[in-house]
Amino acid sequence: MSEVATNSEPNAKAVKIPVLEREKLILQGRSYGWITERICGVIENRQPLLWWILFIPSALIALIGVVGGLTYLVSTGVGVWGNTNRVMWGWPIVNFVFWIGIGHAGTLISAILFLTRQNWRTSINRAAEAMTIFAVMCAGIFPAFHVGRVWMAWFLAPIPNANAIWQNFKSPLLWDVFAVSTYFTVSLIFWFLGMVPDLATIRDRCKPGLRKFAYGIACLGWRGGNRQWSHYEMAYLLLAALSTPLVLSVHSVVSFDFATSVVPGWHTTIFPPYFVAGAIFGGFAMVLTIMIPARFIYGLQDMITMKHIDNMAKIILLTGTIVGYAYLMELFIAFYSGAKYESAAFLYRLSGPYWWAYLAMMSCNVLSPQIFWFKKCRENLWVVMAVAMCVNIGMWFERFVIIVTTLARMWLPGDWKTYSPSAVDVLTFVGTIGMFLALFLLFLRFLPCINIAEVKWTLLESDPHDEDKIDHPDDGVVTIPAYQYELQEGSEDAAEDAASKGNSKTADA
Amino acid sequence: MSTRISRVYGYLAEFNNASQLYKAAEKVRDAGFKKWDCFSPYPIHGLDDAMGIKRSILPYFVFLGGLTGFCTAFILAYSTQVGLYPTIVSGKPANIFTTAAFFPVMFELTILFSGFTVLFGLLGLMGLPRWNHPLFASKQFSRATDDKFFIAIEARDAKFSAEETKALLVEIGGANIELVEDDSK
Repeated sequence: MSEVATNSEPNAKAVKIPVLEREKLILQGRSYGWITERICGVIENRQPLLWWILFIPSALIALIGVVGGLTYLVSTGVGVWGNTNRVMWGWPIVNFVFWIGIGHAGTLISAILFLTRQNWRTSINRAAEAMTIFAVMCAGIFPAFHVGRVWMAWFLAPIPNANAIWQNFKSPLLWDVFAVSTYFTVSLIFWFLGMVPDLATIRDRCKPGLRKFAYGIACLGWRGGNRQWSHYEMAYLLLAALSTPLVLSVHSVVSFDFATSVVPGWHTTIFPPYFVAGAIFGGFAMVLTIMIPARFIYGLQDMITMKHIDNMAKIILLTGTIVGYAYLMELFIAFYSGAKYESAAFLYRLSGPYWWAYLAMMSCNVLSPQIFWFKKCRENLWVVMAVAMCVNIGMWFERFVIIVTTLARMWLPGDWKTYSPSAVDVLTFVGTIGMFLALFLLFLRFLPCINIAEVKWTLLESDPHDEDKIDHPDDGVVTIPAYQYELQEGSEDAAEDAASKGNSKTADA
Repeated sequence: MSTRISRVYGYLAEFNNASQLYKAAEKVRDAGFKKWDCFSPYPIHGLDDAMGIKRSILPYFVFLGGLTGFCTAFILAYSTQVGLYPTIVSGKPANIFTTAAFFPVMFELTILFSGFTVLFGLLGLMGLPRWNHPLFASKQFSRATDDKFFIAIEARDAKFSAEETKALLVEIGGANIELVEDDSK
């Protein structure tokens, strides 16, 4: 044994393996207590004025748009929506696909990034999952009312009825009912189970009273024992493994609504991957849209760092490029297939009366994210926010282009019509935006917006072998400090703060 | 005047960090205790081995749940579409070969039933929801969900003894050792 030691020792001293340090996910060496305090503080402290400034109009818009608009629709008839001609899917289905797509980023962050061990997900997964739930709620409104007589919507469910009619299980529209309802249910289970330990944290901080009672009920009596964690971790892994194919299936099934028809412009095999990439693309833009302000308002910069924003910007760049490829491939196949009707459909998109929608889609979705090739742009929050807003708009126009321009020019020239939304259409859609924001603000107010337990788990000292690693450092490696925006290019006080904390390694570098 | 008789739940000892908890857990396991638990604000990976806990059996339940969903969807779609009420659209068949068109619903119900099995199976295995627990009587225990680490050894463990167990907890580095009473009826 001593021989081995003497042989290897000179080597170990001579050759040191360079190892790139991991970027810190939680900055400034924050402690467990600080993390608990800051995240629970969002719920426990008085809400900032900005919360009220955002919440009151959102709630009002939701009331007028969704409650008012739909009450008017039900009491008058579905004809108050603009889809009274051959473009019968119109805005309601555009909005449905738009909202359901938004949800996909939440599941991607919570499930796929969990399976691929991307620890940076822990700071943003809770809020992104909440976004999923609320987006699917907004989405569900449209097809439910689009059926015409909403009180008959239960006919969608396979329940025996007096007419002895059963659902057509060969129809993608029915697949959609199953896909969306499963997606909502499983996302809700995932979200709730993920929140149980954090609800227990809030319960333990409350003074006895109504709040403690309510959080106590919600956290199911969680104690944090390892005999619970052990099953809990398995459940989390299983849910992630179930949600991964689920999220890919949901937008695939939504795309089947189009792709299995024989309508030129819809009948293409590229639709499922193209829709899924688009959904993730649009969803990440929405995550950024709501997380950048929330991070600023509640001072969460040490947990949602520039690294998180950088990663999300890169995913937007990737998925945006995939979407751009799909757009171009659609055009190419329309030309190359020689199919007359297919090329006519795409020519109509490009040069017909809806050319502006196609242009908006192309420029917002394909061109605007390309700016993220530059690091300076990914690090400028104003640029990131602007691109995210572009993508939000662009993804809505994508669905508009797919649905409206195609239905406006179906096979029979007698069916050809141009579509314009009615005021009630606009009101309902704006109402769902208000509803989404209002629900998200309520979520920030009452539920832990960052996954407290998992964020603590990412800290270095959370490793049960951390003390051993400090006692027995690896002499064979030399660590190279990682690039970290906050320390190297961030604001002056962030660097000073880090230096004053005695974080000499990074300060020296 | 009434005499209050209270049962003892067990000892609760505090530890400073995950490394200490991990090493202490190994010692408690080696001392042969069975009814005890480690409490931490986040899941500590590897602690299962240090405590001698077996892998969770939840996946088996979930497999059965998923299988139930898969079969339910097939029976539902097949019996209604091929048997009870075939919907003939564009002359597409209604027989065993129609099964291909049922796959999306079969997939979704597999996931749905599995999801519910995860939820209810997990609650069953964890013994939750449970409104109260003797440990909640301890003042310091509320920090288990914040920044402290605890080991609790229950009095119903065969190896438990008032002095020796306490001595063991002191030896493995436990602080603030507290005898927790069980005041449930």
